[in-house]
Amino acid sequence: MSKVKPGTGRKACSSDSFTLSIGPVHPALKEPVRFNCEILGEKVTRVDFELSQVHRGIEWIGTRRNPVQILYLAERICGICNISHSLAFCRAVESVAGIEVPARAQYIRTIIAELERIHSHILWAGIAAHEIGFDSVLHYTWRVRERVLDIIEYLTGNRITKAMLMIGGVRRDIAEKQYPRIREAMNYYNRYFDKLKKIFLADPIIKARTRDTGILSKADGLGLCVVGPTARASGIKKDVRQDEPYAAYPDLDVRAITPDEITGEIRGDVYDRIAVRLLEVRQSAKMIEKCLRQMPAGKIAYEEKVPKLLADLRGAEGEGIGRHEAPRGEVFHYVKMVGEASPFSWKVRAPTYNNLLSWIPMLLGEQIADIPIVAASTDPCMSCTNRAVITDSGERKVLGQDMLHKLSVRKTSELRRRLGK
Amino acid sequence: MIDTLLYQILLVPVVAAAGIVLGLLYKGIDRVLAARMQARVGPPVTQPFRDVKKLLIKENIVPENAVKWLFSLMPVIALSASIVILLYLPLGGMGPLLHGHGDLILVLYMLIFPSLALVLGGFASGSPYATVGAQREMVTMLSYEFPLAITAVSIAWLLSIANPGLAVFSLGIISGNPVWSLVGPAGFAGLALLFVTLLLVMPGELGSVPFDVAEAETEIAAGVLVEYSGRNLALFYLADAVKTIVLGAIVIALFLPWGISGPLGLPGMMGTLADGLFFLVKLFGVIFAGSIFIRVAVARLRITQVVKAYWGYATLIALIGLLLISIDIVLW
Repeated sequence: MSKVKPGTGRKACSSDSFTLSIGPVHPALKEPVRFNCEILGEKVTRVDFELSQVHRGIEWIGTRRNPVQILYLAERICGICNISHSLAFCRAVESVAGIEVPARAQYIRTIIAELERIHSHILWAGIAAHEIGFDSVLHYTWRVRERVLDIIEYLTGNRITKAMLMIGGVRRDIAEKQYPRIREAMNYYNRYFDKLKKIFLADPIIKARTRDTGILSKADGLGLCVVGPTARASGIKKDVRQDEPYAAYPDLDVRAITPDEITGEIRGDVYDRIAVRLLEVRQSAKMIEKCLRQMPAGKIAYEEKVPKLLADLRGAEGEGIGRHEAPRGEVFHYVKMVGEASPFSWKVRAPTYNNLLSWIPMLLGEQIADIPIVAASTDPCMSCTNRAVITDSGERKVLGQDMLHKLSVRKTSELRRRLGK
Repeated sequence: MIDTLLYQILLVPVVAAAGIVLGLLYKGIDRVLAARMQARVGPPVTQPFRDVKKLLIKENIVPENAVKWLFSLMPVIALSASIVILLYLPLGGMGPLLHGHGDLILVLYMLIFPSLALVLGGFASGSPYATVGAQREMVTMLSYEFPLAITAVSIAWLLSIANPGLAVFSLGIISGNPVWSLVGPAGFAGLALLFVTLLLVMPGELGSVPFDVAEAETEIAAGVLVEYSGRNLALFYLADAVKTIVLGAIVIALFLPWGISGPLGLPGMMGTLADGLFFLVKLFGVIFAGSIFIRVAVARLRITQVVKAYWGYATLIALIGLLLISIDIVLW
């Protein structure tokens, strides 16, 4: 089997396989990642991908800021999941400092996080339609999405980056008089659920393109530790909101949604991933309605004066983690504070990191035409995921396990020295 | 004889220019209508003209590892072949300009040229995306030829039974004898199925959704056209525009050949003008049904599904149509 490098495509019409590289810049990819596929005819016979094209050093910047300033950074790790990252970060810092968040703030956090999920899932559905060339559905779903953006703007003042969270609570209250408009929007999504279901799950061509495409078996999913809708579509009932409820989720009785609720079976293909996300839109809408019904009165933040909050945080010492079920799956923040203004360490693990490797079993044996939709079906977010890049005089190097181990030993001893242990 | 030749020579540039202008205009209408159906505003109708103008002043890049002469020749072939087909087709009140020099069979062969130019241009660009696109274009071409051929042959066969001794493949003759009036109910149903087949072949010929596998933007980044830019891309764009008119004109010649000058009793120039306008309306109807509506209503298929759609479903529909027509002829 000879390998033909990209650029020598003329040889590709022979019976040998050839390498097709998709990305880092490609119309199907919204963010940079590079797929190197070995193709035989139209079939993918080997697949690999390269990451780390959008590293921005956010964690490094974060360790030079105080926690309130870091909130702004956390919101900008990802465009869509801005609440997910800041919520996970808040929870991590709160657990270090032992801050208890007032009940009303918990409910507001939940409402905003679920609005974000509705927005993210509908946005994703549009992109998925675009990947298979169904632009009418893209425009339709994005018009449906406008409604939730209006509500987010109504509640937070911003359409996308909501700037709603604060350590120990939230920045803005949701007033009683705002409820009707939220309820109306949730009714809208309940109504449109059937229509979206018909468009995405009953359309024969969408079905032909997504059924039995990009299958991830339950065993593979468990082995690769996939999270979020990708895991649930393969029948893994995993959801942080269900497994370890936080914020207002304990009161809401969340359960992980699997595609068999709507299709009657679990195949773990792209179609199932669409089904799970559509169901979650309805689930989120119901959750928000329930939150509005049960919303307790009270304070919206543990401490509203930021200088006082910062003074409290300066005294905090210890390690904390914050988990949140982002629209793409579990997002995980680790924070270590040592009684200084800025945290000693901040580590982010975005859900896409877990889901990346599932691309390989999904793509093997599929056609070139399936690469965009299968890759999109995990709803990857590269900017969230890229946490490290190794550069050496401008050149990229790949480090093996030995080298990485050596580097981490060195780093640990450095940290020990800095901590004076 | 000399007069006819002069007339033909003078009219060729007129038809060519009309084909290009109309093609771009219909492209503009296509974009506006598609946008409205997708709840968008869409560009102005003149956008395709602006696009071509822009492409013509842009740099024309030929990749280093391309087969340069082939790469640059193919856009010219695509456009000229599309225009040449137009000369063989009856357009409105006007009979085929080159009447007597070529017939439906020739037109079917000529239709392969623009697609073949795309394939060769794609292979010559030296990009793996273009290569994949070219392979797909080739496979698509092979797939839709069969139902297309069945449709054309069925019409000619029906005509030959009804009028023995006619040159049944001549487009002038076909458009002069509307086939619908030659058949009973079964044959009518058969012809309707063949009409549907031809409308299904249209998006394949034009490379639009769901059969745009060769150019699939989100998969292979415009495939065959990925390396084309500037003037060369403009020529392919124009070829595509003219081909839209060509296919519309073929469908009209085969299935919707009526004029309105007869029923309205308009004589001479007025009649020709009325027929010309009516032709434009029919053209719009055909392009709307065969391209705009389909491309808005569905998603892109995989290449394997394209082959299945044409060799399986479209061929089946065409064969059932042919069967119904033969039943009609036997009973008749």
